Amino acid sequence: MKVEQPKYKTSDEVDFVIIGSGAAGGILAKELSTNGFRVVVLEQGPYLTEADYTHNEIKVLGEDLLTNHPKLQPTTFRKTPQDKAKEQRALVYGRTVGGTSVHFTANFWRFHEIDFIERSKVGAIPGANLVDWPIRYADLEPYYTKVDWEIGVSGLAGASPFDPPRSKPYPMPPLPVKSSGVIFERAARKLGWHPFPAPMAILSQPRPGRSACMNCGFCLSFGCEVGAKSSSLVAAIRVAERTGRCEIRPDSYVHRIETDARGRTIGAAYFDKDKNTHLQKAKAVIVCANGAETPRLLLMSANKQFPNGLANNSSGVVGKNLMLNSGAISLGLFDHPLNDYKGFAVSRLLHDFYELDAQKVGFYGGGGLDARFDMTPIGFAMNGLPLDTPKWGSAFKRTLAENFTRTMEVFSHATSLAREDNSFSLDPELKDAWGLPALRLTYKDHPDDLKLAKWLNDRALELLDAAGAKKKWSYPIVEQEFAVHLLGTCRMGTDPKTSVINTDHRTHDVKNLFLCDGSSFVTSGRGQPTMTIEALAFRAADRITALAKSGEIGA
Amino acid sequence: MINELSRRRFLSQTGLGVSAAWVSAHWPEMVSAATHARQAVQSGAVYKFEFFTPAEAVEIDALSARIIPSDDTPGAREAGVLYFIDRALVTFASSDQQKCRDGLTQLQTVVQEKFPGVEKFSAATTEQQDEILRTMDTNQKEPTIGRLQESSQKFFEALRVATISGFLIDPEVGLGNRGGVGWKLIGREPAHSFEPPFGYYDQDYPGWQPAPKMADKE
Repeated sequence: MKVEQPKYKTSDEVDFVIIGSGAAGGILAKELSTNGFRVVVLEQGPYLTEADYTHNEIKVLGEDLLTNHPKLQPTTFRKTPQDKAKEQRALVYGRTVGGTSVHFTANFWRFHEIDFIERSKVGAIPGANLVDWPIRYADLEPYYTKVDWEIGVSGLAGASPFDPPRSKPYPMPPLPVKSSGVIFERAARKLGWHPFPAPMAILSQPRPGRSACMNCGFCLSFGCEVGAKSSSLVAAIRVAERTGRCEIRPDSYVHRIETDARGRTIGAAYFDKDKNTHLQKAKAVIVCANGAETPRLLLMSANKQFPNGLANNSSGVVGKNLMLNSGAISLGLFDHPLNDYKGFAVSRLLHDFYELDAQKVGFYGGGGLDARFDMTPIGFAMNGLPLDTPKWGSAFKRTLAENFTRTMEVFSHATSLAREDNSFSLDPELKDAWGLPALRLTYKDHPDDLKLAKWLNDRALELLDAAGAKKKWSYPIVEQEFAVHLLGTCRMGTDPKTSVINTDHRTHDVKNLFLCDGSSFVTSGRGQPTMTIEALAFRAADRITALAKSGEIGA
Repeated sequence: MINELSRRRFLSQTGLGVSAAWVSAHWPEMVSAATHARQAVQSGAVYKFEFFTPAEAVEIDALSARIIPSDDTPGAREAGVLYFIDRALVTFASSDQQKCRDGLTQLQTVVQEKFPGVEKFSAATTEQQDEILRTMDTNQKEPTIGRLQESSQKFFEALRVATISGFLIDPEVGLGNRGGVGWKLIGREPAHSFEPPFGYYDQDYPGWQPAPKMADKE
């Protein structure tokens, strides 16, 4: 159900080029086109819709139907800048119209007040670049509410005593509880904790053009065929298209942002499907390409005026201060079938440990625990069985048959501390299929992040005990080498020497260049970033609209 | 986001063996291999192998039948795993052809060394076969014998992953194992729309009740 769109010429100077159509890009496209601006969205992936999504695990997981492809866009990894990077798959992100919001789990936690002011509250942390945000929870609250209502979030206001203040309830009730959620809720209450229905960007009630969730069980990693999952495609881009002012241009891989002699952007250069290059002209460029591709694009756009990469003259921190979110997974086995493969992933969670007392526990951070099951059959056979299960033979087969319907996970989601050495940068040797420098991930968890993951995981194991699990086990907690949450690499701030964008999401160095996605983050939150990416995008749209209307951007 | 899955991919690469990474790398071509396996088993005709010699096929069949045995429920044999692997080795796993041949050769060496007089793996008793596989499985506690090279350990791991994949591949998309025997075994219903209650523990859930009283914040 594609909607008729305008077709702009590349030589037409449109008001905005938006690079990336994911959680942030989709919302900016909707807001700016609704506000009367002419918008072109350049998306490197294809324009797939509900008709293209499938429950075929092989296509989705193996062929990377919805995600970046490791062969076309290879990556490298190293732990520290002193190491030589090795080629390995280092990250995954959505590469289709709608971006990662097409295939995500759809946990939609707001940040709490503490996430914005943590540096003031806990002080400096050795080995970390912890600073306050230049905005506060109160600045974002109206935009979180906009996400709830315009994008579509199911939940129960007031159910968690730890929730930050909110101006409106959720627009629809929570999704049904799963067996994992009931087990989790009962055990957590036994321990004196405060479980609550998970806020999810999945519809519990139908909306125009979108069905309520049918509990098909193919949620995480898959696109939703009935529009129940609130991707930016179904919830924002379709609205943008209906304005008649927004063109979504898929298969358009931007490799350079061009600037003029005055150091202003004039548009974005991209490869089309056949690898021909074009330059889409625009009065302003907004990069929403995610926390890895946004800094990569700025670094690839280096020129004489910006030798260290575009918008990187003042601070030099483009790509740095990367945060991936720390975490841990424990699993429990129960007597009766949960059948938790049915339905969406998460129905209950708790935030009792959102803000730990560093003096008491001996490290910085906090997080949340959720109850879930999100494995496909082959994946479960590989990774879902107790660690002492034989890996083949009759006992393996028996355990597999017994456990698939009786297993659940308790997932800990947690903070990461920003460190300057943790980054996305350009690999000096490896190139992608278009001849562009490959992404290089440099990452070593701050020791506190690992201590926190272990601490939270101990709570998860306590919970599984209280739940009467007949068996429980955990994946090893190790330093991360794979990036999913891509946060902090072009951080927001008031000081051009230490940050890349200001509170309007405008780069300090280039007047008509804006960045909005996970790269804008200053702290990592507690492991569920998309809600905040979308709230930031709604807010950025208001700020950019005001600047454009006052003539502050053009000319 | 996809983090859970990918963390798992990552974890399996570093902590729990190479399996998930291998599946991920080779998954696309498994589609055709699975289709092939299904057709081969269902046709009942004499099957012409694309990679294996008849003698090799007997060995692979015997190996995969120990990884997922047929007992009171169907196993790798009933799911047509042998044909899935044969197809795999001329498509997505064609770079593993030599590894597979070497692995089979080394396997016979192990067999003859451990059980003099037993000519080949398929001729051994199931107890002997299991003992041989234990020596090949690097993840088992028993020490591996000296001459067993890394390549043969990888051979066994690749064979294990291929067997599990051929057995559990999604039958709903029409490409999967014969009769969906794998999904039946694990209790995964084939439907794609479900109503609560989903399982045992949520069937008597009385509905959300607020917590009686707020305890002290942590």
